[in-house]
Amino acid sequence: MTEALFLPNGGRAPLSSVPFLSFQGFRKAIVEGVDAGGRLVALFGSQEEGVRLYGVLAWKDRALLSVVSTRIEGRYPSLTPTVPQAHLFEREIAELWEIEPTDHPWLKPVRFASPCGKVENSKRCGEADFFSIAGEEIHEVAVGPVHAGIIEPGHFRFQCHGETVHHLEILLGYQHRGIEKALLGGPDKRSLGYMETLAGDTTIGHGSAYCRIYEALTDTPVPARAQALRGIALELERIANHIGDLGALAGDVGFLPTMSYCGRIRGDVLNLTGQICGSRFGRRLLIPGGVRYDLDEEQVEKIRKGLKRAVQEAEEAVGLLWKSSSVLARFEGTGALSREVAEEIGLVGVAARACGIETDVRSDFPYDIYQFFNIPTVTWHTGDVFARAFVRSQEIRRSAEFVLGLLESLPTGEILAPAGGSLQERQLVLSLVEGWRGEIFHGAVTDRNGRFSCYKVVDPSFHNWFGLALALRNRQISDFPLCNKSFNLSYCGHDL
Amino acid sequence: MIDILRARFHQGYRTIRFPKGADPERPERFVGRPEIAQEGCTGCGSCVQVCPTDALHLREKAPSIDMGLCTFCTVCAAACPQGVIRFGREFRLAAQGRQALLVPSQGEDADPLREESIHSLFGRSLKLRQVSAGGCGSCEADTNVLNTVGWDLGRLGIQFVASPRHADGLLVTGPVTKNMESALRKTYDATPSPKIVIAVGTCAVSGGLFRTHTETVMGVDTVLPVDLYIPGCPPHPATILEGLARFLGRIPAK
Repeated sequence: MTEALFLPNGGRAPLSSVPFLSFQGFRKAIVEGVDAGGRLVALFGSQEEGVRLYGVLAWKDRALLSVVSTRIEGRYPSLTPTVPQAHLFEREIAELWEIEPTDHPWLKPVRFASPCGKVENSKRCGEADFFSIAGEEIHEVAVGPVHAGIIEPGHFRFQCHGETVHHLEILLGYQHRGIEKALLGGPDKRSLGYMETLAGDTTIGHGSAYCRIYEALTDTPVPARAQALRGIALELERIANHIGDLGALAGDVGFLPTMSYCGRIRGDVLNLTGQICGSRFGRRLLIPGGVRYDLDEEQVEKIRKGLKRAVQEAEEAVGLLWKSSSVLARFEGTGALSREVAEEIGLVGVAARACGIETDVRSDFPYDIYQFFNIPTVTWHTGDVFARAFVRSQEIRRSAEFVLGLLESLPTGEILAPAGGSLQERQLVLSLVEGWRGEIFHGAVTDRNGRFSCYKVVDPSFHNWFGLALALRNRQISDFPLCNKSFNLSYCGHDL
Repeated sequence: MIDILRARFHQGYRTIRFPKGADPERPERFVGRPEIAQEGCTGCGSCVQVCPTDALHLREKAPSIDMGLCTFCTVCAAACPQGVIRFGREFRLAAQGRQALLVPSQGEDADPLREESIHSLFGRSLKLRQVSAGGCGSCEADTNVLNTVGWDLGRLGIQFVASPRHADGLLVTGPVTKNMESALRKTYDATPSPKIVIAVGTCAVSGGLFRTHTETVMGVDTVLPVDLYIPGCPPHPATILEGLARFLGRIPAK
C-alpha cells in the first residue's frame, strides 16, 4: 500500500494528492491491502471528467484510512471474486454508472435507482432474477415488500426444502429516495435535513458524520463542549436502540415481560434526547460547527437521574433474558456466523463484534470526544442471536458509563463555532462514526467551486444485510424473524 | 419465576392517562404548532429563504406556514429578526383537511357528515395496516411506540394488524417512493371497503424534504385519498395518538 494516501478519520486532502493509478495498480492496492488486513470501507465512483473510482480501506492498527483511485469506463474486471467485500459496491457501481464489472458473480440492481445524471428509470423495483434451486420438493417463499409489522419495506426470497432454508436472497430498493443525488451541488439548506432522515433512528450518527465533513472542508474547530454533547447524544441513541432491540428480540421468542419493559424504557431514553433538543430522535441538535442546544446544570442533573434509572430498569428487564432457559434455548446457536465469514464479507458493528471481531470506530479511529474518553469494545465469540443480544446489553452499560462520566465533567465554553465561508475546493474528505448499528462512512469530493461533486454514504446496513442472508443458511424459516431482529438493519439507510 | 414477578413489581404500572386524563408529558424544549404574531413582520423574507421545504410564504406582510410541509427544524424562527415566528407546545396537529394544516388556518377541518360516518363505523374498533413507503424509520418508530405499555393504543380499540385483508384502513408513512408506489396501491386495493387512509409525518403529508425528487411522489394523497393528516418530523407519539382519538370521536374536537 505504498502508493496510497493515508488520512485520519475526518481527514481532508486535495484531490490531486490522491494517487490516480492504472486499473491494474488500483486492483493490486485493494487486493493486497485486504490481504494485509485492511477492510474495504467504501468503493465508489465520482464524476470527474469521466468516472473516477475511489477505494477506501480501514487500517485499524494504524488508526488510518487509505485511499487510492483509478478511472473506469465501459467495463472492468470485477474485484468481487477475489475480494467478496466488494460485491455490493460493485453492483452499485454498475447501477449508477452503467459500467460493468465483468465476472461479478451476481450482478443485479442494488436499489433500482436511475443511473447518475439520468432522470428516466427503466427498472421496476423488485423485477430481477433470483437465485433459485430446483427440484420436486423445493419450494420458494416470498415475503414483502409490505411486512406484517410496523417496519420498512423489503423483499425476502427463501429457497426451502421442507423447513430448511438453503438460500435467502434479500432484495431492497423500495425506500430509495435519491438522497445522494440530491446532495450534489450542495451543501444547501436541505443537506442537514437529508442527513437527519437518512436513517431516522440514526439521526445523530449520520448527522455527525456529515457535520464533520463540513467542518473539515471549512477548517472549523468544534468547541469541546459541543463535542461532548454530540458524544452524549450519539450514545443515548445507541442505548435507546439497543434497549428497543433487546425488547423486540424478547418479543420474537414470546418472552413478554422483557418485551413490555424494554419497549417503554427505550421511550424513556428517547425522551432524554428529547430533553436536550426537544426531539426524541435528536433532530435539530446538530449543526456544522457544534450543536444548537446547551444544557444548564438542572438539565444535566435531570438527564443524569433519568439515565441512571432507565439503565437500571433495563438491566433488570434484560437480566430476565439470561435467566430464562426458554429464551436462551432460542437465542443460542440460532443464526450463527463464523468469524471467518464475517471477516470475509466485511461485517461491521454489533454483528461483527458478536463474531469476536474487535471493531469499533470509537476506539479504532477515535475522533473528537472519543479521543479523550475511551469506551471499551465489547465482543462475544459465538456469532449467534445470543451473541448479538449479549453484545448489545453490555454496550448499553458501557455507553451509559460514558455518558454519566461526561455529564459529571462537561467541558465549559461555547457550543457553536461559526462554520462560515465557502468550502475548500477540489478536496476529498473521509469521515467515520460508530452508529448504533456499526460503522457509518461518509465521503465527499468538492468541485472547483467548493460544492459537493460527489457525496457517498455507506450505512452499516449496506455491509451487513448479506450477513443476515448467510446467518439463515441451513436454519429453519421460522428462525427468520429472530435472526432479522438480531441484526435489525436499516432499509432506508441501505436504499438512500 | 420469582425474578419475573419481582421485576413486574418494580416496573410498575406505566400507561398514560391521556386522552381521559391530563395531556401527555412533553420535553421542556418540545417543538409543537408554530405560532405567528399578527404584528411585527417587516416582510424581509428571511424565513422564506432559509426554509428547507418551502413551507413558508409571505402573505400580506405576515408569513404563513404549511405544517404539512414543515419539518419543525425551527430555522425560520431563528432567522426572523423580529421574532414573529415561534414554535409553541401545542401537540394537537392532526387535521382532516389539508387546508387546516396552514398556520394561520385557511380552511374548515372536517366535513360533519363524513365525520359522523367515521365515528359510527370505526369509533369503537379500528384495525390498521401500516405501510412504510420511503419513511426514514422515525414515524414508524413513533407509531410503533403506541403499542408499548406506556401508550397502550389498544385501550382505544385501535390495533395494527398483519394483513390489509384484516384492516379498516392504512396508516402510511414516508413520501411514497416510486419504488413503493405500486405496492402501496396493491395494499390499498386489498383492504376491504369502507376504508380510510391516514398519512403520518410530513413526508407522507406532502413529500416533505423529498417533494421535488424524481424518486418520490408528493406524499400519500397523490396516490390515495387521505382522510387524516398527522404532520411532524416525526410527529410526537402524543400527536399521533391524539389525532387518531379525535378522528374516531373518542375526544371532542377542540
